[in-house]
Amino acid sequence: MKLAYWMYAGPAHIGTLRIASSFKNVHAIMHAPLGDDYFVMRSMLERDRDFTPVTASIVDRHVLARGSQEKVINNITRKDKEENPDLIILTPTCTSSILQEDLSNFVKRASLESKADIILADVNHYRVNELQASDRTLEQIISFYLEKASRDHSLKIQKSLNPSVNIIGITSLGFHHHHDLVELKRLFQDLNIEINHILPNNTSVNQLQSLPQAWFNFVPYRETGLLAAELLKKEFNMPFIDITPIGLTQIEFFVKKIQQILADNDIIRDYTMYLNTQRKYVSQSAWFSRSIDCQNLIGKTAVVFGDATHAAAITKILHQEMNIHVIWSGTYCIHDSLWFKQATEKYCDQVILTDDHEFIGNLIAKTEPNAIFGTQMERHIGKRLNIPCGVISSPVHIQNFPLSYKPFVGYEGTNQIADLIYNSFTLGMEDHLLELFGGHDTIDNKTYGSSIKSQDEKQVLWSLEAKQELSRIPRFIRGKVKKNTEQFAQANNYSKIDLKVMYEAKEKISG
Amino acid sequence: MTLSTDLSFTFECETGNYHTFCPISCVAWLYQKIEDSFFLVIGTKTCGYFLQNAMGVMIFAEPRYAMAELEEGDISAQLNDYNELRRLCIQIKKDRKPSVIFWIGTCTTEIIKMDLEGIAPKLEADIDIPIVVARANGLDYAFTQGEDTVLAAMSQRCPHKNLSLNTDNTHQPLIIFGSLPESVTKQLTLELLKYNITVSGWLPSAKYTELPVIREGYHVIGVNPFLSRTATTLMRRRKTKLIGAPFPIGPDGTRAWIEKICSVFNIIPLGLKEREQEIWNNLQDYTKLIQGKSVFFMGDNLLEISLARFLIRCGMIVHEIGIPYMDKRYQGAELILLQKTCEDMKVRIPKIVEKPDNYNQLERIRDLQPDLVITGMAHANPLEARGINTKWSVEFTFASIHGFTNARDILELVTRPLRRTVNLQASENSIFSQTY
Repeated sequence: MKLAYWMYAGPAHIGTLRIASSFKNVHAIMHAPLGDDYFVMRSMLERDRDFTPVTASIVDRHVLARGSQEKVINNITRKDKEENPDLIILTPTCTSSILQEDLSNFVKRASLESKADIILADVNHYRVNELQASDRTLEQIISFYLEKASRDHSLKIQKSLNPSVNIIGITSLGFHHHHDLVELKRLFQDLNIEINHILPNNTSVNQLQSLPQAWFNFVPYRETGLLAAELLKKEFNMPFIDITPIGLTQIEFFVKKIQQILADNDIIRDYTMYLNTQRKYVSQSAWFSRSIDCQNLIGKTAVVFGDATHAAAITKILHQEMNIHVIWSGTYCIHDSLWFKQATEKYCDQVILTDDHEFIGNLIAKTEPNAIFGTQMERHIGKRLNIPCGVISSPVHIQNFPLSYKPFVGYEGTNQIADLIYNSFTLGMEDHLLELFGGHDTIDNKTYGSSIKSQDEKQVLWSLEAKQELSRIPRFIRGKVKKNTEQFAQANNYSKIDLKVMYEAKEKISG
Repeated sequence: MTLSTDLSFTFECETGNYHTFCPISCVAWLYQKIEDSFFLVIGTKTCGYFLQNAMGVMIFAEPRYAMAELEEGDISAQLNDYNELRRLCIQIKKDRKPSVIFWIGTCTTEIIKMDLEGIAPKLEADIDIPIVVARANGLDYAFTQGEDTVLAAMSQRCPHKNLSLNTDNTHQPLIIFGSLPESVTKQLTLELLKYNITVSGWLPSAKYTELPVIREGYHVIGVNPFLSRTATTLMRRRKTKLIGAPFPIGPDGTRAWIEKICSVFNIIPLGLKEREQEIWNNLQDYTKLIQGKSVFFMGDNLLEISLARFLIRCGMIVHEIGIPYMDKRYQGAELILLQKTCEDMKVRIPKIVEKPDNYNQLERIRDLQPDLVITGMAHANPLEARGINTKWSVEFTFASIHGFTNARDILELVTRPLRRTVNLQASENSIFSQTY
């Protein structure tokens, strides 16, 4: 048993559901107790206009006693008829996995009766987390459809005429994934490379047989897609790129790697001119680093924490591109420690591998950086310690699904990140200066004082109990409640406000 | 308490495929209510993930709650439950110094048959801190029923003996059960005092150390419709007398609730009718907005019958009352008031659908096109995108909705989507008033 207050990565089934619900026309059925279908928050976080294609086959007391029997099968065949999905993924949860029901048998029997393909998500709830499970599920679906296609000879292995790529790992509830995707499309268009498929994002599983047509695969985020890319490499000898094009330096590595893959296929392209133009004119961040603004950032310290992809990328940018001293850089993707260590150790004093937020909180307090780049949790730690924080990675909040265009990858991404970094530091500076010069000079201004002096100086008293009650009202409306209650008391000639007067005022003042 | 046989309700029971919060969510409001408590949820990452997301920003306020996250060794019994729990509870005791630790059992502890009730008394004696066990799991319960399991367990801990006897009561002692914000308990206490009724105590109290004395023969009354187990425990185990009444939600419910208490104590509630009328008069600007409009409850928190009854009194037409679980005995008086309200307002009694099936409900919503759907967040945005006004049901469990004083707050919630739509239409800009 482990005492836990907060987790950076969710349970395994969330990963499976993120993959399933990102494909087009794929339905997930969770074998789960009531309330475990909390994944439906997708419609809130992503403000999705469609119903999330996830339902539950409820495990209740009866199931516990007798087993699911026909229930799971009925739920699968019912969903098959109602929604006509191409694929149904039966998703075990931590609860159902210890019941040790023969779910694969249910899948077998249900597939006899349904038009949809049916598979059982193969993830161990006590060994893998959300990210590892998403990686595995994506591989599982791809492998299922490639085998199917190979059986009925519909596999398309002929390479496309022009160079083309599969982008693997764009999922729902991914950190800025959909903005990144727009930027990636633009980048590949500029490089004159066609996009064969984007997985799993809104792609139909019936298109998967043409995955091998692409010249190479690209995995933008390490957390999801590497297993699939390795599978495709093994089966079809497709090379893949796992360099994340976040930051100018990484973009150049990424593009050079493409250039090399093309050269291996006897296509000689030189992207040097393109890179120069983009760096000079599209991205402002190289110039920004030279501008005198950025001189102020020299010697400033930062700490970085997040998933492996984003934490590593931001660490490199801070160190290489903005000359900021990174005291430590860390990730909660402990399963990917080796890669993370190699990727970041040159760019920071210390590499941290942990999924314990309290450890991170203490470390931040101890190292006292000028700015934090982390997840929502680090943002709150920063609030507590009065250190500014830029959010660079999941876990996500609704505010991490901005309406405006905010990619992290590509050239526009470099602009966004430069703003994010610069704003985090200047805000900290501004606060510091304000404090140094005695704060906002308006703080004692009359508007903050008592609200009733304007009324003919007749003072209204508050009883002790009423005062306590007032203090329980949330701060942002307390002033209004105080003012309204006092006006109400005066209008009714009450000399003292006690609880009764307070409640009476609440009942009688409308709006 | 018997349910009269002439009730003309249609009760249906569907498949139980519906969205609701897991009952462990009750820790979110109970740890705030019981100030000296600590809630330990013994479960898996799934439970933790749910709480972390459902509690929103509260999770950053160092809540007095934590997961005892079960690992593979716990599931396969390689680790000893007692020793593991002992280690965690000693740490909690040291770091947070609570007066009580609540253990919330989950689906996983049920399935692996972890004997929490057996371990707790031993560990309690061992480390000298009260440990209260509540099985608030998703195998058996929905959302607010979590509070019911906790209060049922707590009612066993209420002291039997008075230290100081207060003799100025003119009636038998009265205990009210149900967790409400402190200000709402004060409002209801003051309200009853107007009719010379003294509340001897609340279950739960603001502090665990201040749990009320409960003795045989005391009267008890509930404030919320989801407290059946607590009511049963108070009656059977603590030998109290349950006052079966509608719940004090809406001015009509509040009056009926007070009236019932008064009738049990042979008190004539002078001025109560006028008081109710006064509140209604103050609600007119809101009731005007919803009169004749229709509403559909998908059902997820058990407040549905009381809210539907209040909204019918406000002049709304209720298409369907979805509800996770319907205790016809505990909610008997509320059902009778619902029927009477329908008769008074000359509308048909809505169909009550227990364990609803969300898919079927969405089909019915498509056919009926109600003016308002009260639903969970799984469906809210997709329904809005289809041009249907929604109100997120969870807000009713967190807002103050009890008593005369808060009637306006219920309507504030109910009318908000309608006001929004009216405002958008009034903007004369077709961009904002279309479906999407």
